[in-house]
Amino acid sequence: MSTKRREPLDLLQGTLDLLILRTLIFGPQHGHAIARAIKHTSDHELLVEHGALYPGLQRLEERRWITGKWGVSDNNRRARFYSLTALGRKQLAAETSKWKRLATAITRILESEPAEG
Amino acid sequence: MFRRRRPVEDFAAELESDLQLEIDRLQEEGMSADEARAAARRAFGNTTLATERFFESHRWRWWDQLTQDVRYAVRTLRKAPAFAAAAILTMAVGIGATTAIFSVVDATLLRPLPYPDPGQLVSVIDDLTGVGSRDVGLSQPEWLDLERSGIFEHISPAWYDENNLTGASRPTTVRLTIVAPNYFALLGVQPQLGRAFPPRDRNPGFTGDAVISDGMWQRGFGRDPNVLEKSIRLDTDLYRVIGVMPPDFRPPGLTPDERSVDVWAATSFYGPPLLMHPPRNVRNIPGAIARLAPGLTVAAAQVRVDALVAALRQEYPADYPAAAAWAVRLVPLRDRVMGGTRQPLLLLLGAVAVVLVIGSVNVANLLLARASARGRELAVREALGAGRARLVRQLLTESLVLSFAGAVSAVVVLFVAQGVLMRLVPAQLPRLHAITIDWAVLLFAFSAALLSGAIFGLVPALHAGRVDVIPALKHEGRGMTSSAGHATTRRLLVVAECALSLVLLVAAGLLVRSFWSLLHERLGFDPERVVTVRTRLPYPNDTSVDKYPTIAQEAPFVREVLRRVRALPGVDSVAVGSSDAIPLDPAQRILGLFPMLIEGRGTEATQAPLVDGTVVTPGYFELLGRTLVRGRLFTDFDSETAAGVAVINEAAARKFWPSEDPIGQHVKLSRSATAWTTIVGVVTDARTESLQDANVPVIYASAYQRSQKHLAIFLRGHIDVATAADRVREQVQAIDSTLPVFGAQALSETVSTSLSDRRFAIEAVGLFAVTALLLAAIGIYGVIAYLVSERTHEIGIRLALGADRRTILRAILGQGLGLVAAGLALGLVCAVIVSRLMSGLLYGVHPADPATFIVVAAALTLVGFCACYIPARRAIRIDPNLTLRN
Repeated sequence: MSTKRREPLDLLQGTLDLLILRTLIFGPQHGHAIARAIKHTSDHELLVEHGALYPGLQRLEERRWITGKWGVSDNNRRARFYSLTALGRKQLAAETSKWKRLATAITRILESEPAEG
Repeated sequence: MFRRRRPVEDFAAELESDLQLEIDRLQEEGMSADEARAAARRAFGNTTLATERFFESHRWRWWDQLTQDVRYAVRTLRKAPAFAAAAILTMAVGIGATTAIFSVVDATLLRPLPYPDPGQLVSVIDDLTGVGSRDVGLSQPEWLDLERSGIFEHISPAWYDENNLTGASRPTTVRLTIVAPNYFALLGVQPQLGRAFPPRDRNPGFTGDAVISDGMWQRGFGRDPNVLEKSIRLDTDLYRVIGVMPPDFRPPGLTPDERSVDVWAATSFYGPPLLMHPPRNVRNIPGAIARLAPGLTVAAAQVRVDALVAALRQEYPADYPAAAAWAVRLVPLRDRVMGGTRQPLLLLLGAVAVVLVIGSVNVANLLLARASARGRELAVREALGAGRARLVRQLLTESLVLSFAGAVSAVVVLFVAQGVLMRLVPAQLPRLHAITIDWAVLLFAFSAALLSGAIFGLVPALHAGRVDVIPALKHEGRGMTSSAGHATTRRLLVVAECALSLVLLVAAGLLVRSFWSLLHERLGFDPERVVTVRTRLPYPNDTSVDKYPTIAQEAPFVREVLRRVRALPGVDSVAVGSSDAIPLDPAQRILGLFPMLIEGRGTEATQAPLVDGTVVTPGYFELLGRTLVRGRLFTDFDSETAAGVAVINEAAARKFWPSEDPIGQHVKLSRSATAWTTIVGVVTDARTESLQDANVPVIYASAYQRSQKHLAIFLRGHIDVATAADRVREQVQAIDSTLPVFGAQALSETVSTSLSDRRFAIEAVGLFAVTALLLAAIGIYGVIAYLVSERTHEIGIRLALGADRRTILRAILGQGLGLVAAGLALGLVCAVIVSRLMSGLLYGVHPADPATFIVVAAALTLVGFCACYIPARRAIRIDPNLTLRN
């Protein structure tokens, strides 16, 4: 089914929320689809454990960043679909900019030249 | 914000439906149904754990888990009934004993006195520190000065006495406290019926009103609702009953008698029968209690009292000579009432706490052993996905279930047996009636269970939390876990047990030694075959009806009593004395202190030192077997018309005439005395005032020369105590039918009763010490047996290779005794500290008494040796063939 791959990366602490929020920006999804979307979009570098995903969804729902509703999937199966709330969108924007700043900063350090002298 | 949470079922349904979606997708990709299902399951991983985590974020999860854990624990324990019974019993003994002692401590030391705003109540005590006299009582002018000072909201004398109650079928004595009219206002207690004294009444003499106790209402009036129209006759005076106190009212007092008073009478402490203008330096009021002005602390009040005292000493230099150093002390009323009970009670509480800790340690050991045996079970459960924290919590729940089962059974036993147990508590204990199993006590038992359960449960639980799954599962059947860690923990527990038992045994040993030295002190008198019976002459306020106003009427009465009682069958000799002539009777606190003014010393009457004084008839010293050292004893010639004579003990001779012959010296034994009394004899010291102290100066006056209302009749011979009072009553009432005769007791019984609180402390601490020793022995045995069973295989190999059995035995014994020795060393250090703290309870034995320490250490070593020897012997008897084959 797949070619030989590198070991997937461990998710950094606290990034799961950001990934879930980002995935949901394209429209309502059920839990498993979110996990798959993260896996595919990251080109199989990031693997979301279901043991962490579902409690994570629950946590986000409690913070009112997403809402979950039971609905019907394309193949007529019942599934719980999550969608972003207005609060969630705001949170996503904030988290995204924070993450970008962090990533840039880290990249800068990692690519810096040794100081002369 | 309060929002309903999603139910777990909904969450599980979500997982299930998402799983189904994945299966559908995989099938679309061309997998078979089974393959797709397996692959999806792999992808989803541990869904149970996810559900579990969701569940744990649930608000009520702790409750669900708790009930689940408790149910599981009960089920597990039911499967090991012997273990459960042993553990619950151990905990029940520990928690039960601790709770029982706590209920006493709670009632006496912790709970405030049962009056409104009890922190403001103080006892007012006068001292003459300059002449070495403490608690000398106060005079009426001093009381008035204190009352006017503004330091106190109320201050009232409390003068305990006995009175003769006549008019009923048979004269009896009642316990009476003479108080100021504001006494009940001071305590803040209202009568249940009628009214208290009008607090502002300052008319001379007695008010003629009486407030009675609920008990007296019951006994004397059969709870007659019309009691308020009745009168009672006390010491021939008539009193109107104006109020009945509530049943739970107990006045503060130093003795059980003072705390169970029947009648209160009020006076302003001047006017007949007292003087119209009582002198400032005659401190005839034995003591007073007061309520501090609102907002005033005891310390602040003491500062103001000191200033007042200084001013008064300046104003009345004749009454307050500088040498006497008169001072007034304020002591919180509770401290005064609880006085000497604090130290023994805290010792007892410490002792039971040690038993509880040792019991907990034993149960911890048992649990450790079980945890080892259950290593595999725990490993399996962890492999099945149980979180480690959850496993630790589960084991902790199990130990808590054990300790709570112990606590519940202990409380049930205490509740059922409280009547029996209360009889073991010495009657002198203040606030005895307040000892109950109430919410505070239940809360204590609950906390003790929680704490001990947590202590003994946490050690094994944390060990179990470190289970390494793979080796535990591989290690088939045995399922041994980190046994090295276990063994160290268990060794430490044994060391702690030995140390604690040693401390307790040393405490018990020292108490027993003290008791022993007290029992074997020479009393200095012979209590065998002596019976004392009491009577009392009335002391009416209305002097015109007094039948015994002076010694001229009293002496003939005493002579007639002696003549009649001597004729009774079985009586060899007889004497009469004041009731404080009864040696070692703790109830006789109406003690006489004589001011003793010595001729030729140039001291003022007001500076006369106060000496324990007793009034006795001729024959008293002979009857008690007291030995005359020099001079002579009283004779019948020392009558009311003859010159005054007195006998002193050696302690008085040493103190007052250190370098002179006391015989022939002249003293005055009251401030108003005009004639001199001559010292005619010196008797040996005897432990009549206190068993602890033979060195109390006492002066004896002749009962024919000095008036005394509280009388004791001493009979020596073959006398039945049960009928003695009746036989003596016949004789006394033949002389005066209004006199009560009561309180017959064998003197040997009185002596032994005076030891009763000590005996209680010894019995209790001894019992706890023995329990601790037994528990420690079981603990040592258990650990050594465990260590041996661990090494069975190794010992088998050694034996097979030809090792000497004795060498192995020595090695095992050495291991066990090493632990005991470590415990002893630790315990000795603690015991030295503890014995120093309890030195106030010791008598005739040094806190670091080597004999006690050595004997206790030897006993503990012996017990430790036996506890090690039994499993060690079993180990070397092992058949090497058997162990090697297994």
